[in-house]
Amino acid sequence: MTDMHKIETALTGIIVADDGAPLALPENGIGSPQRRMDGPDKVTGHATYAGEDMPNGTLHAVLVTSPVAKGRIAAIDTGRARAAPGVVRVLTPVDMPTLGSPSVPPTAQSKLPMSSLDIDYEGQPIAIVLAETLEQAEAGAGLVRIGIERAAPAVFNTAEVEVPPTEGNGYVLGELDPAHGDVDAGFANAAHRIEATYTTPTRHHNMMEPSVTLAEWRGGDLYLNDATQWSWGLQLALSGIFEMEPNRIHIRCPYTGGGFGAKGYVWPHQILAPIAARIVGRPVKLNLTRTGCYTGCGYQSGTQSRLRLASDAQGRLTAVEHHTENVTSISDDYIEFANIGTRGMYAMPAYRMTTRVRRANVGTPTAMRAPHEGPGMFALESAMDELAYEIGMDPLELRLANYTDSDPHSGKPFSSNKLLEAYAEGARRIGWSDRVHEPRSRRDGDKLLGLGMAGAIMTTFRNASQARVATTPDGRFTVEVGSQEIGTGTRTIFAQVVAERLGVPSERVTVVLGSTDLPPASATLGSASTISIGSAVATATDNLKTRLDHMAGRETRPDEWPDLLARLGVDRVQAEGAFTLPGDVSFDAHGGQTDYSMHTWGAVFVEMEVDEITGIARMRRAVAAYSAGRILNPVTARSQMIGGIIFGYGRAMLEASPMDPRYGRYLSKNLSGVQLPVNADIPRNIDVCFIEEHDPHASAIGVRGIGELGEVGVAAAITNAIYNATGKRVRDLPVHFEHLIA
Amino acid sequence: MQNFAYAIAPDISSASEAAAQGAQLVAGGTEILNWMRLGIVSADRVIDITRLPELSSIDRQGDEIRIGALATLNQIEGSDIVRQDAPVLSQACLLAASAQLRNRATIGGNVLQKTRCPYFRAEAATDDRMPWPCNKRVPGSGCSARDGYFNRAALFGATEACVATQPSDPAVALAALDAELDLVGPAGSRSIPVTRFHVTQSEAADLAQTRQGRRLLGGDVPETPDALIENRLMPGEIIVAYRFYVDTASRNSAYVKLRERESYEYAMASAAVCLDQSAGQVRQTRIALGSIAQKPWRLSRAEAALSGQTLDEERLTSVLVTAFSDAEPLPHQDYKVKVAQGAVRRALTKAGGSIQ
Repeated sequence: MTDMHKIETALTGIIVADDGAPLALPENGIGSPQRRMDGPDKVTGHATYAGEDMPNGTLHAVLVTSPVAKGRIAAIDTGRARAAPGVVRVLTPVDMPTLGSPSVPPTAQSKLPMSSLDIDYEGQPIAIVLAETLEQAEAGAGLVRIGIERAAPAVFNTAEVEVPPTEGNGYVLGELDPAHGDVDAGFANAAHRIEATYTTPTRHHNMMEPSVTLAEWRGGDLYLNDATQWSWGLQLALSGIFEMEPNRIHIRCPYTGGGFGAKGYVWPHQILAPIAARIVGRPVKLNLTRTGCYTGCGYQSGTQSRLRLASDAQGRLTAVEHHTENVTSISDDYIEFANIGTRGMYAMPAYRMTTRVRRANVGTPTAMRAPHEGPGMFALESAMDELAYEIGMDPLELRLANYTDSDPHSGKPFSSNKLLEAYAEGARRIGWSDRVHEPRSRRDGDKLLGLGMAGAIMTTFRNASQARVATTPDGRFTVEVGSQEIGTGTRTIFAQVVAERLGVPSERVTVVLGSTDLPPASATLGSASTISIGSAVATATDNLKTRLDHMAGRETRPDEWPDLLARLGVDRVQAEGAFTLPGDVSFDAHGGQTDYSMHTWGAVFVEMEVDEITGIARMRRAVAAYSAGRILNPVTARSQMIGGIIFGYGRAMLEASPMDPRYGRYLSKNLSGVQLPVNADIPRNIDVCFIEEHDPHASAIGVRGIGELGEVGVAAAITNAIYNATGKRVRDLPVHFEHLIA
Repeated sequence: MQNFAYAIAPDISSASEAAAQGAQLVAGGTEILNWMRLGIVSADRVIDITRLPELSSIDRQGDEIRIGALATLNQIEGSDIVRQDAPVLSQACLLAASAQLRNRATIGGNVLQKTRCPYFRAEAATDDRMPWPCNKRVPGSGCSARDGYFNRAALFGATEACVATQPSDPAVALAALDAELDLVGPAGSRSIPVTRFHVTQSEAADLAQTRQGRRLLGGDVPETPDALIENRLMPGEIIVAYRFYVDTASRNSAYVKLRERESYEYAMASAAVCLDQSAGQVRQTRIALGSIAQKPWRLSRAEAALSGQTLDEERLTSVLVTAFSDAEPLPHQDYKVKVAQGAVRRALTKAGGSIQ
């Protein structure tokens, strides 16, 4: 434990961005703990969501989907359905128009819905029933008769391992098989080695608001109300598929009721609703049911990670291997880069990694909080714990011994990194120095207790974005940007950026979001909104000030602007701002073409209790400290990280969507058969803090991103704590009775 | 889901008559609406029985507690009478479902829940859309769960045709309380012990060969009657009340429910224990287990073996081993036996028992 004291004393003076003293912080602008501006609207039901609109004449669409995972449609009999009360039209593959070829992503799957009679996955759309009411459409859908020649499906467990194509594959985030140094020598000369395989299950986003598209054609223009995380991606995708100018497609997304990645890319319902609306000449609303969401908008693929670690006698890694596989669909090669975190986390003189897929009769997987590092860091951080026990070393000391201040893969320096401070602060808060390393050492009545920790790393994603900021003679400001508000506090953050930039109260800032008729903006995914759009808003604000100074012919203060505008007889002055990326790309990861490697980091500490008589484990405490750049709003930031830790608890302890391989169908496709954490699972005292930090390189406002990071590392911290409690190593998630019962 | 006619029953006899003619009865609606959405049942007529008078009271007369069938789980959980004299039932109600569901769900409907087997609960508007075999959904089609992935499968009483379990929590507590179930039907009133109300699949197979069984099956005996008969409720019969006697054991009772999630989830296994222990010696105990058979599973032999004995670790272990010696877990589900045994151990302690 002496080394622990070393880190705590060596890193004295750690400042956390918000240490539970919110009242001492400034009341406006950046760093202030502001509540969500749209909170009251949401909790009182005033906030409207995409599916709530109902233009006159709207028809309800219900999909008829394949009950089998592989086969061919032999016949579709729509006679009874068409004769049912209220049913206006039943569309089948023969009704589909000729379409352009989709770009993947933003379209999730390259094979367009209802474009073929071949069945590639259970849940694949076969027909659309359109009726005057939802009940009539549902009843009609039950009357469609489908004849299918069934075939045996390919499933993850038995499918061949394949090298996914990289050419033309939009799902490639990095090198498939990075390697460096002499791995074999690193293992041969090591003092300690471990090798193990870790699996994470397939699981679903289960966002609160199921996906919905309301499509209406007016003249040659298409208007969509859509629950999306990426309005511009939807516009881009449909523009290609319908071969239309993007500006003829208008996406509206007033609020998005959660997504976790399920609403990032474009799924069949978003393509089929406009087609149906076009054919019947009426607005069409297609709201996925909860069941429909299990096959209609992606999922996180199960992963298998094989890890080999070798270290010298002091615990310094000499070689690392991380080989990963995930399931993908017949039509596309989604890659869950479970080894991507392993590329940036520790100093490694030698490493070898491979990234593979297995093709099965399933829908295409997609990003789900946290993609890549989420499942991957369960494997790496479990393996690090195993190595620590193999060496007989404190698991935190092992992390410290392998800390790196530059990217081991790219060799670039990090844009900013306070991981050491996060380790130290987290350790202090959980009381790590009191931990007993030997498993089965602590007890409370019937329960064994254990402490575990894990490091966290997350890719920094950035998107090119624009924003507009305007001021009016009443002294108010408006931010206009085609972003989505998904619950993270986007609207509030943008108001704070303007308020800080100009030194005005954020109550004077109105933020208008949710339409592609506004300036184009980043997708709400990959923790990229604040870093990308926040920077664009900051630039637009600065440009607005420059414009007003220019109009005045001198330097002005915002409180002078109402008079200035009145004097000049101007109703509104606005300015645009943009966040651009080097190389003029629309998206980058890990710092892209900059000279820096960009990631966020964290240290997660968990205390678990285990009753071996019943096989039940529960979380007692969780502490997490993060290095994620500047924190704009500690209230919304902490809220996201607490949510992330709960998400991670779900990954570790509950969530899975098992598939019966005989049928290629998920066992249960609703919330009563899939367990998500409930309040009773979660201890009251989840303690989250952020290390004070300003990243000068990643954005214009000192920030990186936080949303995905909160989920990373939690599962390993939990299973490591369970090992410390029981001596039982759980390598296959979720933790279940059979792992723990005596 | 298809359209149906809805009516409110003015009295029990008209409700009973409608049910005998095939109408679905609805009280809390927390199960039947799922069945209709999933395609498990489709009804032309739905009869609302929530306005029937005097079916929701919880009374105590002498040593007998009577609970009306329309009492909600939250009413029972919060009843001072139940909390004091039969905490096992209060706890079983509290640990069921969520607060919102417990406000709606009635104790009459609760014991008529169907299994949580995901193969059974597949969404399929019509039989031809069933993605896999299930003898309860399509008689004679087979059982997918037996070689599948249903981890709430039965340890006792299952057959090749079906491995479903009854998921009710209150039923387990009522079984440990030796409660009687009062029924009213076209042929009049009758009572039946809660422990005899539900039937396992192997009991169902035997029952199907009797006159009563044929009536339960609506006349024809199909190839897989063991998957189809789940209880002894005759066509047109309505559960009107539960009755049980209060004793020292019922006052010292507890319910333990084991599940992955701390709340709002069905049990992997649960245990209801009523325990009368004095000076370390068990005078009387009644133990019922949930979610391990298609009925609340009383450990009658274990109860007898513990009676008059001290509750020591060695004896308890041996009694529990014997009690589960004929358990038949599905492959890879051996751990379920230990979970069920763990539930009993923890329920004994929770009921105030001290294990030496």
